Amino acid sequence: MDLTVTGLSVRLGKRAVLHDISATLRPGRVTAILGANGSGKTTLVRALAGLAPGEVRLGSARVDTLDPRERARTIGYLPQDGAVHWDVTVESLVELGRMPHRAPFAGLSAEDHIAISHALAATDTEELAGRLVAELSGGERARVLLARVLAGRPAWLLADEPLASLDPAHQLGLLDRLRALAGEGMGVVIVLHDLIQAARAADDVLLLREGRVVAFAPVAEALSPDNLRAAFGVEVMQVRDEAGRILPVPIGTNR
Amino acid sequence: MKRSTLILGLTALVALLFLGSLMAGKAWVPPSAWFTADPRWWIVAELRLPRAILGLGVGAALGLTGAVLQGFLRNPLADPSVVGVSSCAALGAVGAIVLLSASTPLIIFGSAMLAAAGGMALLAGLAWRSRSAVAFILAGTVLASLAGALTAFVISIAPNPYATAEIIDWIMGSLTDRSFSEVQFAMPFIAMGCVALLFTGRALDALTLGEDAARSLGIRLRRTQMLIVVGAGLAVGASVAVTGVVGFVGLIVPHLLRPLTGARPSALLLPSALGGAALVLAADSLVRLGPGATEIRLGVAMALIGTPFFFALLLRMRRSAWI
Repeated sequence: MDLTVTGLSVRLGKRAVLHDISATLRPGRVTAILGANGSGKTTLVRALAGLAPGEVRLGSARVDTLDPRERARTIGYLPQDGAVHWDVTVESLVELGRMPHRAPFAGLSAEDHIAISHALAATDTEELAGRLVAELSGGERARVLLARVLAGRPAWLLADEPLASLDPAHQLGLLDRLRALAGEGMGVVIVLHDLIQAARAADDVLLLREGRVVAFAPVAEALSPDNLRAAFGVEVMQVRDEAGRILPVPIGTNR
Repeated sequence: MKRSTLILGLTALVALLFLGSLMAGKAWVPPSAWFTADPRWWIVAELRLPRAILGLGVGAALGLTGAVLQGFLRNPLADPSVVGVSSCAALGAVGAIVLLSASTPLIIFGSAMLAAAGGMALLAGLAWRSRSAVAFILAGTVLASLAGALTAFVISIAPNPYATAEIIDWIMGSLTDRSFSEVQFAMPFIAMGCVALLFTGRALDALTLGEDAARSLGIRLRRTQMLIVVGAGLAVGASVAVTGVVGFVGLIVPHLLRPLTGARPSALLLPSALGGAALVLAADSLVRLGPGATEIRLGVAMALIGTPFFFALLLRMRRSAWI
């Protein structure tokens, strides 16, 4: 089912954070949300996840009025802050991803165990399962948190800056994994800062500036020099990678 | 340690301490004297049994509420006092003693429960618009401060020193001379409150990841907040209404048990209820064994145990990466 935003405007206190955002995100594609700091990326992802009020629909149903468990089974959300308030084991943490599928007071089913194993494997965190979260490096922790979301096997994955604190190898590995998930039919929405990673991994890009859409289009079109100048105030040089994709390399600012 | 082993062990400990509580006191009453014509059996049946039942219920309520609040607020320093329910119940009881010249348990209990319910309604109103734990803790702090100030005011207008002495005696917290009347008043509320609190485990686990992530996992935070307000209001309100203020149980017990259960908040709930019951039963038995004709008040004894524990906890937390 499509995830559709129509005329979404969000205010936080007195400040208007998003203005009249409209976009239709499709399953089976990786959509990157990009924009300068404070452009409303996190607020938009929260609204897509049904955590902020607004006109966001999953198919024909408004996301913020769906039954919370049903919404949780469909939309997996990875927050930016990566908070883990108690020093639980990695396994316990990833288990939380199965919560929307489990009845209250029920133990883990065979299906839960399989989903958890797959999520650990997908994020290369199997060997961390018995460790405490406090013992993990920043990168390991980020992968474990992603595994938690993947364990829920959602139809949509909304990840707010999942590459932060990952080393380049794990960044590339994670993006490959997200692309593979999209290939299996999952809708993937990721907030990114790195233009080159976005160009390599995304099918579509939603470019924000001060809460307004600068562009929402297939990646090559959205990341044009004009659009990036408008969104970030940067000049880019376009180069082609080995796969023929056009990568925008920032070379200076015009602020 | 396996959770089932821990729960079994704690249950056995509570059972032993319960039996010990029936035996211990200025007059030692061995099991051989129970259910006989021995006059000491009267002490057990009429004085120690209700006291032990209340000790079990009050301890379970305080331990469980502490574990729930620490999980909900994601703060290892939280205990039942942070939601203000203890202060409100104390205000109600003190108000009944001073303003209504009440001395019967029912009036004091009813007044304390009404004040606790009023306080919880106010807390729910103050925190309702927000799902945030910060709003909840601030509202609880405001409520506790207000109830504390009003209690001090009511004490200041006490008509005579006897009333003041009675209030101070009551506020210090004790299970002395409690009867089956108090058991009948308090235990149904404590049981209902504990059941409500046990239903929060799933939400507390999800809150390990923060409020947004918990909501994204399908948790209704407002419902969780209301369950906690109602559960803590009933369980702690009824406890304070029959024993006065007994502090530190809700703080100490979850900390003692967390290394055994792991940090997952839901795994800590039932063990904390059992641990709280064990701690209060043990402390209440010990205070009876002190020298002299009078007993150390349970609330005072718990504070004497709890304060050094609290400092040790603070020192440990300063070295911890989690605070």
